[in-house]
Amino acid sequence: MFEGKELTCIRGERLVFTGLNFAVGSGGALVLIGPNGAGKSSLLRMMAGLLKPASGKLLWNDALALDDIDEHAENLHYVGHHDAVKPVLSVLENVRFWAGVRGGDVSEKNILNALDVFDAKHLADVPGRFLSAGQKRRVNLARIIAAPAPLWLLDEPTTALDRASIALLDSAIRKHREGGGIVVLSTHADINIESATVLDISDFAQGRETKGAA
Amino acid sequence: MADLHRFANPTRFLKLAAIIQPWALAVFLLSAAIGLYMAFFTAPADYQQGESARIMYVHVPAAWMAMFCYTVMAVASAVSLIWKHPLADVSARASAPVGAAFTFLALATGSLWGKPMWGTWWVWDARLTSVLVLLFLYIGYMALQGAFDDRVRAAKASAILALVGFVNVPIIKFSVDWWNTLHQPASVIKMGGSSIHPSMLWPLLIMAIAFKAYYVWVLLVRMRAELVANKVRILRLKQVHGG
Amino acid sequence: MKQFAFLVRRDLSLAFRQGMDSLLVVVFFVIAVVLFPFGVGPEPGTLSRIAAGVIWVAALLSTMLSLERLFQTDYDDGSLELLALSSLPLEVTVLAKVTAHWITSGLPLIVAAPVLAVLMQMDTDGFLVLVAALLLGTPSLSLIGAIGAALILGSRRGGVLLSLLVLPLYIPVLIFGVSAVDAAIGGYEFKAQLLILGGFFIGTLALAPWAGAGGLRQALE
Repeated sequence: MFEGKELTCIRGERLVFTGLNFAVGSGGALVLIGPNGAGKSSLLRMMAGLLKPASGKLLWNDALALDDIDEHAENLHYVGHHDAVKPVLSVLENVRFWAGVRGGDVSEKNILNALDVFDAKHLADVPGRFLSAGQKRRVNLARIIAAPAPLWLLDEPTTALDRASIALLDSAIRKHREGGGIVVLSTHADINIESATVLDISDFAQGRETKGAA
Repeated sequence: MADLHRFANPTRFLKLAAIIQPWALAVFLLSAAIGLYMAFFTAPADYQQGESARIMYVHVPAAWMAMFCYTVMAVASAVSLIWKHPLADVSARASAPVGAAFTFLALATGSLWGKPMWGTWWVWDARLTSVLVLLFLYIGYMALQGAFDDRVRAAKASAILALVGFVNVPIIKFSVDWWNTLHQPASVIKMGGSSIHPSMLWPLLIMAIAFKAYYVWVLLVRMRAELVANKVRILRLKQVHGG
Repeated sequence: MKQFAFLVRRDLSLAFRQGMDSLLVVVFFVIAVVLFPFGVGPEPGTLSRIAAGVIWVAALLSTMLSLERLFQTDYDDGSLELLALSSLPLEVTVLAKVTAHWITSGLPLIVAAPVLAVLMQMDTDGFLVLVAALLLGTPSLSLIGAIGAALILGSRRGGVLLSLLVLPLYIPVLIFGVSAVDAAIGGYEFKAQLLILGGFFIGTLALAPWAGAGGLRQALE
């Protein structure tokens, strides 16, 4: 169970959202929507512990998640705008490093299996600098398969992915949820997540709310 | 909403500042007048250095202020990092140029003093060298402040730098003293300490009070200006993001 | 500990594959020192008197040049936030990256230093102490530099700014590093200077990872 209570986000002196609540149970999915600048990325970074909320709290199985950031980090995978693929390392080495840093299984078999989930096994020996944006994204996604963690935080994961790859991500998410995992993702609505809770962040932006009411 | 309160206008501070500010200015003008009069007319000329020693009454308080302002900056930075008090941030940022100006004043007067004393504008004396390094620390701090578009980031980064610098000041002082005794054992002037005569101590202390009052006055002026600028910026942001 | 080694190994292999980077630092070190005979003249007396100082100052400058990229590439490609999200405390991550930095840029300087000492006509009595002082001093330089490298992430004037922040903090290491070598050449006791350099190293080892991690945290927010 992953919950947020009365979260407030302030970025560079600007109030992005306030009084935001959410709750996702095991096997659940939360889809964040909202216009540019509404704070989708900020909320995901907050959930990851990269950004401290100005107020409010995050609960992981009823315990305060941000009390021990390192422990919280072990429970989650975060996929941001950058793919963290090193140009001079091969795809295999890239994924193996991220698995190893998390104390995961670094055997070649495990890494190749993870790459296979996103149809990137054939790229294993290719250095990162030769990859296209979509391939980099798939490698980045393979990283989160290689060392499992219950909570996935995906910030617009479908960027640069073609239709076939989105389908692969779709089924990866389904499988993760079947195993009790939780997914939170932001999107411009080109992925089809079954029985997901949808959270429109612009509902919590104070300025817009009052303007809408008037 | 209660948590947003601390990001609102610190009205209480502004009220208090408006009361203190004219007093600080008055204390500064009065004590500077008395201090300078005493320095020029009642204090005796140094029996070795003659009239030129009178520059001490500006040089020494300026050097004290150089260190004092850095301490204020470091303490304010610690407060802003730990308790995230927005006023601490503003006061650290406002202190830096004032402290740098005092540091520069201490160096310039030291150099002017050095000319008749040592026959040269600059001597690598331990005291002067430490003050020079302090000036570099100030410049680094101000450069870091100005290097970010995001004010919040600038404040945090420079707060960490101020603390790191503060821990280093005594180490640098110690190193420079060691280095100096190694290279020029005899050229250091002996000054201060308990042996100073009261007729010289009084103007020194009064000048120190004048400098402190000046610092408080400038700090308040700068902080008020900063807070007004903040307000303007927040209004701008609201405009952009449709508040 | 396993993850620490993992991180150091990764940074080392990144550095070796981009081999030129650490090589360039040494080349800069050599060129900077070689400029001095042109500046002050080739008289052996003059050169040998300033040798220790010149080599140390050049070592400071070359360390500083290599520091800018310590966190920058990881910051740009998103690796840094993932490192912050690993179970490894950020302080340990900083320490691992500094270790790799020292191996790829501090160690080569130490290897090159005796050659430069020969070029600068340094008295042979100073060679061993020069190497020892560099061994004790350069880790402190990397550690202190890591704080600066973390603070300038995302700023407008990266490299120049870094030198402004870090060089004043290098002064104590410079003073005792040079003083140790000069003492050895002059036939005096140099143990105190080396002990103080060791003390600086222990002190920065205890403090710099915290400050560096603090810097990284605010950069990632």
